[in-house]
Amino acid sequence: MMEDLSSYPLELVGPDIPMVRFMKVRKSYGDLIVLDNLNLDVAPSEMVSIIGPSGSGKTTVLRMLMTLETINGGVIYVDGKPLTHMPKNGVLVRADAKYLRKARSSIGMCFQHFNLFPHMTALQNCMEGPVLVLGLSRREARERAEELLLMVGMIDKKDQHPSRLSGGQQQRVAIARALAMRPKVMLFDEVTSALDPEVIGEVTNVIKDLVFKHRLTMLMVTHQMGFARDISDRVCFFYGGKIEEQDSPAELFSNPKSKRTQQFLSAVKAAD
Amino acid sequence: MTYTSFLADYGSRFVDGALVTAIQFLCSLGLAVLVANLFGLMMLSSNPVVRRAAVGYVEFFRGTSLLVQLFWLFYVLPLFGITLDNFLTGFLAVGLNLGAYGAELVRGAIQSVPRGQWEASYALSMSPAQQMRKIIIPQAFVIMLPAWGNLVVELLKSTALVALIAVPDLMFEARQLNSSTYLSTWTFGTALIIYYVFSRFLITPCMRWTERIMARRIGRA
Amino acid sequence: MQWDFAFTAEILPKMLWATGNTLLAAGMGYAIAVVIGLLFALAQRTPLRILTYITREIVEFIRSTPLVLQIFFVYYVGPEYGIFLSPWVAGMIAIGLHYAAYLSEVYRGGIESVPKGQWEACTAINLTTMQTYRRIVLPQALPPSIAGMGNYLVSIFKDTPMLSVIGVAELMQAANAVGGQNYRYLEPYTMVGVIFLVISLTAARAIRWFEATVRRKLGMQ
Repeated sequence: MMEDLSSYPLELVGPDIPMVRFMKVRKSYGDLIVLDNLNLDVAPSEMVSIIGPSGSGKTTVLRMLMTLETINGGVIYVDGKPLTHMPKNGVLVRADAKYLRKARSSIGMCFQHFNLFPHMTALQNCMEGPVLVLGLSRREARERAEELLLMVGMIDKKDQHPSRLSGGQQQRVAIARALAMRPKVMLFDEVTSALDPEVIGEVTNVIKDLVFKHRLTMLMVTHQMGFARDISDRVCFFYGGKIEEQDSPAELFSNPKSKRTQQFLSAVKAAD
Repeated sequence: MTYTSFLADYGSRFVDGALVTAIQFLCSLGLAVLVANLFGLMMLSSNPVVRRAAVGYVEFFRGTSLLVQLFWLFYVLPLFGITLDNFLTGFLAVGLNLGAYGAELVRGAIQSVPRGQWEASYALSMSPAQQMRKIIIPQAFVIMLPAWGNLVVELLKSTALVALIAVPDLMFEARQLNSSTYLSTWTFGTALIIYYVFSRFLITPCMRWTERIMARRIGRA
Repeated sequence: MQWDFAFTAEILPKMLWATGNTLLAAGMGYAIAVVIGLLFALAQRTPLRILTYITREIVEFIRSTPLVLQIFFVYYVGPEYGIFLSPWVAGMIAIGLHYAAYLSEVYRGGIESVPKGQWEACTAINLTTMQTYRRIVLPQALPPSIAGMGNYLVSIFKDTPMLSVIGVAELMQAANAVGGQNYRYLEPYTMVGVIFLVISLTAARAIRWFEATVRRKLGMQ
């Protein structure tokens, strides 16, 4: 089943092009529709949090943007250029591996389970991408990695293997590893969900730092409502593969319009 | 000469050989199962002498090569006045050797039955023998069946070595035909295919079927 | 039948020299198996379905048929097509391919044991497939594969006596020759057994040590 892509622009033009645009994006596994006709723009330097019950498709949004999942319909644009598709003879066609690899280089991601490389030290984890992909010299890569490890407060553990680090420490290294690739967009996929409560703060503080000092474009899936409220420019509540409601955190958390948002927020509050 | 006429001329030799291989296989399988269970259980004995004897057996048969064992039984044993028939020597060596590998599987499977099962049957005041027979062994059996599937194929392949002490099995017939016809591709190729059919289309499906049946029976019980 | 120590001493140098050949054969066969096995394993992971299927069938065929027959096949079939292989070359090809099939399964298991998150992290930092395999996946697939790889190193060593059937001058062949010349089989065959036992027990221990070392070196535990 070929989709007619002629209505999608080859690239976005104009004064206010978003950093990320999901345009009528559809994702399904067999009969199960995970995301249905998703439209979402993220402006440069914007911090968008995605909340919602499990199974609402929120993690899928990030995984599609990282090209870990293929999409079944629509187009994703990053920095004005199509990510999931490429222009060919004046129309968009599905991106091949080579195009995809180039296009996704502006995106970085941190995972729920960190996914650090266990056979490399913290420093080596942060140097691997810059050396192999960006072609930095080992010296440059080391300088960059050390600078970032300093920023996340992990410089004194730089020669440790992940197995010797706590979850919070591993996640901070993972953030440094992603930043070392100098992405334009950072994705955080439930980065605190696998952590013990007492170390969550050390990770959220690093992310806060990024938001207030560095102004990267970020998308974050989280279960921590307080954190989302503190640092987001906008919060999207996902329900059943759709954005049920989106607003500024102040508005969405204190004055939710949708019934489902209200139910979700009160259920979360009750659990706390 | 075409391959068809080759088969017409010599097909019966392959059939004869395959039959001997099948019988060698069944005899050594029976012996290996016996040996595996005996020494596998002995390795778990609380008596250190019994345990050590079993470990010694397993290490010895796994540590020396099957071909060496086969030749030793065939050439050296008669020097001590024990002369065994070729056929008997053949499956004895294969069975004793593969049985040592099987003993490790038996031991491992019994040890991997969860501790709680021992404790539960103990709590029901079962005797140790009852615990073993009624509770542990049925579960261990299901656990080790997949590994036995591989071992049984290894056993079939190992029987090919008995040709080297002149047991007229499939391998032996192929060699004889090769030296009389010089049609190496056809003789050895045919033998390879027969072994392949044996293990892929007889042994493997049989083992899979047993696995399914046993798993279901355990599930029901 | 008495053990003849003088005879033992007399044939010892010959036996030890042949042991060197046995180790050489095992080492070379293993080196071939390690490389070809990796190719077999990687070929089954390409997006090309047909390549996966063909490799799978080749591996299954090799694993289902006796090594000794494969050795004969490789040695005798070549000349029919004008390819004359020396016993050593034929033996190394046969035993190398045979164990490549087994090692490919070990590698496959090792590669599959690397968590999906590692692949995803590689996508996130934009490594190519080649870089992902070389730098991230294979180094992690190695430690869980070492036990299996080591077992097959010992197995290949124990299977080298089969090379004697095409006249490779390894330990078994030497024992056959010495026994035949002197009509004494007790000492040579027993010595072969002892040598095999000592080497394989030592090797098994060395492999366990090596596995622990590699895990420590890679910071995994």
